[in-house]
Amino acid sequence: MKIAVCLKQVPARDTQPRVNESKTWLREQDATFELNEPDAYALEEGFQLRERHGGEVVVCSAGPARVAQALREALARGADRAIHVEDDSLASADAFAVADALAAAIEGERFDLVLTGLQSDDQGFAQTGVVLAERLGIPHATIIMEVAVQGDRVRVKRELEGGWFQWVEMPLPALLTIQSGINQLRYATLKGIIAAKKKEIRKVTPAAVASRQRIVRLRAPEKTKQTQIIPGPAADAAKELVRRLRDEARAIE
Amino acid sequence: MILAVAEQREGTLNRASWEAVAAAQQLAARTGLGPVRIAIAGGEVGGSAASLAEADAAEVVALEAPALGAYTADGFTAALAGLLATDPPAFAVFAHTYQVRDFVPKLAARLGWPLVTDVVGYGEPFEGRPAFTRHVFQGKLAADVVAESDGPCLVTVQAGAFQADLVARGASPAPVRRVEAAVEPSAIRQKPEPPFQEAKQAVDLSQAARIVAVGRGIKEQSKLALVEELARALGAEIAASRPICDAGWLPLERQVGSSGQTVSPKLYLALGISGAIQHAVGMKGSRTIVAINKDPEAPIFELADYGIVGDLFEVVPELVKALGKSA
Repeated sequence: MKIAVCLKQVPARDTQPRVNESKTWLREQDATFELNEPDAYALEEGFQLRERHGGEVVVCSAGPARVAQALREALARGADRAIHVEDDSLASADAFAVADALAAAIEGERFDLVLTGLQSDDQGFAQTGVVLAERLGIPHATIIMEVAVQGDRVRVKRELEGGWFQWVEMPLPALLTIQSGINQLRYATLKGIIAAKKKEIRKVTPAAVASRQRIVRLRAPEKTKQTQIIPGPAADAAKELVRRLRDEARAIE
Repeated sequence: MILAVAEQREGTLNRASWEAVAAAQQLAARTGLGPVRIAIAGGEVGGSAASLAEADAAEVVALEAPALGAYTADGFTAALAGLLATDPPAFAVFAHTYQVRDFVPKLAARLGWPLVTDVVGYGEPFEGRPAFTRHVFQGKLAADVVAESDGPCLVTVQAGAFQADLVARGASPAPVRRVEAAVEPSAIRQKPEPPFQEAKQAVDLSQAARIVAVGRGIKEQSKLALVEELARALGAEIAASRPICDAGWLPLERQVGSSGQTVSPKLYLALGISGAIQHAVGMKGSRTIVAINKDPEAPIFELADYGIVGDLFEVVPELVKALGKSA
């Protein structure tokens, strides 16, 4: 079974992004980047399907040169090879531009299954996978909790809202966006890191990158509330918080 | 014309539909691009259409076909693409539900129109184009976004961002027009089975008066004992953000957020929770919110009434102590 896993490299979760001069994107030179966590679950699902059905896992990413690092990381975790659609403008591109770039790079490979994470931790469009399915002309399902491949079909468990689920079946090839937390992530071993150095990263240059939307202003989110920050050493702050919760907010007796 | 697209399941209108209607009405008021129309798709949606007709709208379109009885991405994409291409709105507004996330990107790709997702409000227009505010970088920044073209544009609005009770009601019911959706059943590739619920949830967090919620900041499962101690001192239920439940440290039924429970207790105390949108939508209705986080930039402080910037491993034991004395 030939499986593609599309992944994105995003600013590290525990860093505060600094905004560039034109206030339209972050200052890339100040940021540290990591593999988008939701995509890590799609990658692991790809590995588990490969264990059950054989075949290969090919990781694909569209982004600037730095993205090679995220692909290397995925290769070190166990992916067989990688495809890097490289262009600087893909860093802040919208989901359509990214899906177009990925579609052009992978459609000739005729993958049986294409997996992506639920959404990215940077722009969080939650669109790329679904748009990619439309571009590739294949059926899709989103927010998937379980994947069962049965011959030339796949049966998946979709998460709905409010604790509801649903099984959906569709023919292969198909695209699935994977819900975070459906599997236990594996990390790269030293052996994996060494092996990754010999694995292929195929570079692809995209046709014109055309986003359909753009950020015109980036700013701090508006405060919806006046937050009272209670200062001081832990013991004092804790005492003061209890006092205010009891006397002001009346949230405790 | 601005189109609000509502959602139903087995004849029951999704509450978020009203938020999409409110968002569409407000967009029409800001841009002058009205009137507002409402569309609802399904196998038989007469009941839903009738209740939507109470809103102040030029028309409610009941988009029906037997093949839309059970939701599929292929079926709904085909049905809505037909409707929207026939009479393109300036904007079509959807609620950012799981169903919308499943098919609307495909619909936008099919139509070749931009799609701005998870919108929380409207920004100042930019070069004459309406700007949509959405959260980026895990809620650490807000972005005003515009479409690159003047043509039609699809928009989805975040749960709770627009209040359902702000929907303007009409003096008389809006006319309902039934439209036969052009859906070829054989073109639907997904075969859906009926939705089901897993074992009844043992913990109903929505009834809790106080909740202590824990996030990534707890770092290790063994440290949860500290949280339990605080919950006991407060008489609170324990809840968590998604990563904690994903890691299996607490059961899924204790998860608060877009894929877990929605709660509105008297007191919500967030420990080491950054406050990403997915968590915030589940708890921002709480009466009093307290955040304890070592990162002063964490978005949770935007939602909190009271905040302590500090190490939860130092603050929580002191809180337990202080609560013991105050009791």
